[in-house]
Amino acid sequence: MAAPSPAMTAPILSVEHLSMKFGGLVAVSDLSLEAKRGEITAIIGPNGAGKTTVFNCITGFYKPTEGMLTLTRSNGERHLLERMHDFVITRKAKVARTFQNVRLFSGLTVLENLLVAQHNVLMAASGYTFLGLLGLPTYRRAADGAIEKARGWLEKIDLVARADDPAGDLPYGAQRRLEIARAMCSDPELLCLDEPAAGLNPRESAELNQLLLDIKAETGTSILLIEHDMSVVMEISDHVIVLEYGTKISDGTPETVRNDPRVIAAYLGVEDEEVADLIGETKPGVDAGDLAVATLAGDGSGPEAIEAAQKISEEREHIAEEHHPHPHETGKDGGEA
Amino acid sequence: MTQPTTRKTGNVYASAAREAVLAGLLSLGLFVLIIGFKTDQNIRNELIIEPRFGLLITVVAIVTVGRFVISAFVQPWLEARRKQKAAEPVSEAPPSFFRRNFAKIVIAAALIYPAVIITLTGPAGSLKWVDNFGIQILIYVMLAWGLNIVVGLAGLLDLGYVAFYAVGAYSYALLSDWFGLSFWVLLPVAGILAATWGVILGFPVLRLRGDYLAIVTLAFGEIIRLVLINWTEVTKGTFGISNIQKATLFGIKFDASPEGFAHLFHLPISSAYYKIFLYYLVLGLALLTALVTIRLRRMPIGRAWEALREDEIACRSLGINTVTTKLTAFATGAMFGGFAGSFFAVRQGFVSPESFVFLESATILAIVVLGGMGSLMGIAVAAFVMIGGIEILRELDFLKLVFGDNFTPELYRMLIFGLAMVVVMVWKPRGFVGSRSPSAFLHERKAVSASFTKEGNA
Repeated sequence: MAAPSPAMTAPILSVEHLSMKFGGLVAVSDLSLEAKRGEITAIIGPNGAGKTTVFNCITGFYKPTEGMLTLTRSNGERHLLERMHDFVITRKAKVARTFQNVRLFSGLTVLENLLVAQHNVLMAASGYTFLGLLGLPTYRRAADGAIEKARGWLEKIDLVARADDPAGDLPYGAQRRLEIARAMCSDPELLCLDEPAAGLNPRESAELNQLLLDIKAETGTSILLIEHDMSVVMEISDHVIVLEYGTKISDGTPETVRNDPRVIAAYLGVEDEEVADLIGETKPGVDAGDLAVATLAGDGSGPEAIEAAQKISEEREHIAEEHHPHPHETGKDGGEA
Repeated sequence: MTQPTTRKTGNVYASAAREAVLAGLLSLGLFVLIIGFKTDQNIRNELIIEPRFGLLITVVAIVTVGRFVISAFVQPWLEARRKQKAAEPVSEAPPSFFRRNFAKIVIAAALIYPAVIITLTGPAGSLKWVDNFGIQILIYVMLAWGLNIVVGLAGLLDLGYVAFYAVGAYSYALLSDWFGLSFWVLLPVAGILAATWGVILGFPVLRLRGDYLAIVTLAFGEIIRLVLINWTEVTKGTFGISNIQKATLFGIKFDASPEGFAHLFHLPISSAYYKIFLYYLVLGLALLTALVTIRLRRMPIGRAWEALREDEIACRSLGINTVTTKLTAFATGAMFGGFAGSFFAVRQGFVSPESFVFLESATILAIVVLGGMGSLMGIAVAAFVMIGGIEILRELDFLKLVFGDNFTPELYRMLIFGLAMVVVMVWKPRGFVGSRSPSAFLHERKAVSASFTKEGNA
């Protein structure tokens, strides 16, 4: 075949200088990241790090305050996601997503859930309903095709036997799988999964790993996932991005990220005593966590680390003051009022 | 209330008697001022108090005896039946012939209904039964099926549906008056105009949900009615528009002229033919509504409506434009409302804003809810029960023997209406047919229980 076109080598999604503010709260600040085509990219980070906000910006549920999100499709089309409506992103840019708390159409059957996902294809085949209403064979063929496609996905997620049951009747793990299959039925090039393993038992999350690897291998869909379950993240992702307080603190292969001291500090925190042991002495006004970060990130010598930690602490206080006026002032205002 | 199963029969009667006395005392306390006394004006315009102890005693007696019967006989009987049912082995019998072919039987019955009535009562006597009963019910069936698209399928609570009915009726009345166009030309025009108004209403309210949407649609219904009242140059205000042109059967008029229907077919002149024609006309329109709804449910748009009812955010994540989807639901529902409206105008020969009050919207919505949202058959049955029930009340002359000559049963229809609603909602909280039938299936079509479906934004 021909040499890969520039479009194929370009990252499928590139997020540049993304910021998202909710009033005074900065959920994501100046974040840049890339997801490569045909790879599984994981976004991890502690609770409240801004992972879901990034997702909502990518899928158009939030309009970012700043930044550019470029999606490059395999046919070379480039879409600026921040300028598109959520449903247009799915339709034109071919980005599909799942939700942290499963959002199935619980009153529709499993099969119908997968058919709703093929809405736009079927809509065109039915001549925007008018031709389909007359019972033309084009629509009937398209409808049969849609059912076959749904059957294919049901086989993959092992739910063929329950195709005619309401989706709300399925056990939780099956609902999670069905939501992924439903997203895949919209023929995405980028599949965004928001905590797909949440609430799954170890066996189910192993099955999920297999499903995601199959999707990647068979359809070539790039996957972006948010996950807390490290067994999923470390086993299947090609690339891991770590967020904390709305900024990127690490980016690389699972192996690099796993050994990144900043990640360890962000996830585990560092105990005060350990820090004390490490540095030999502590100074007032230095936050233990900052000290740990500075120590682990720097070359390790004591006094410099403390200085660096002090700087971090000061910066943080500075930021905090900018966003939250001094408590005294507010108190006084309140008293006068 | 729960009685130990080992209790002896004698004890049941004793406790029933106790409960009955208690209920009687309670009702006496409740009703002594409400029913026992009545304030009235005498000839000198003075307020006088008039005791009605006879009525009070009757009511209290009914409560006492009723409570006794329920406690002594009905409850033990229900208990026994429940136990018997629990003891029976679980076996799902295939539904009976009647149940399986219910829709076909109902349609067949509706088709032969005028013929049966004529044989029973003669052409003159059939007027009442075909017009007041048959046509009246079918108009509401059609309206409720139209509203069902908006409320039952798309899950958007619309309290102003009667506005589209009004738009349809006035479109026909005015356009036939101005341009002399026939019913058959104006029927689609009325539908299109009503659908346009559906879209006009839809645009601003799409961002609203639940209660807010309901309030705005309610207001829209009132706005249309007030416009009809106040725009007197066009609508003639509260006087209404009369002498609306009648419908024709392929150009054959239903009148006494030589080229009229009766002469053409060498039949004696009677107004019954026109009514029967109207009956089949509205039956055809209603069946068209049903057919389109059934077809639409299998189309992507119908599925999108139901998906919208279940979860709007998930819909958007699947690339469904929720704005146009909601608009199509509003427009389609409104179009059928418009059809029904133009039929209403042609049937009455007269339209006035009085016919399009909020109570109409409420009745139509009540039919949809009572029938089971989304279920065509349930809604048809509900319309039959509610509208037919009201009409039947007019016929119950024997009630006068019980309650006296001044008793007019129609006046109590709202009371009976309300009671019936409460009873049905207790007995079947999701309407007559609560389950939904899936639009597509892989192995077999299984009804989806009402416990999984959502009511949507409504």
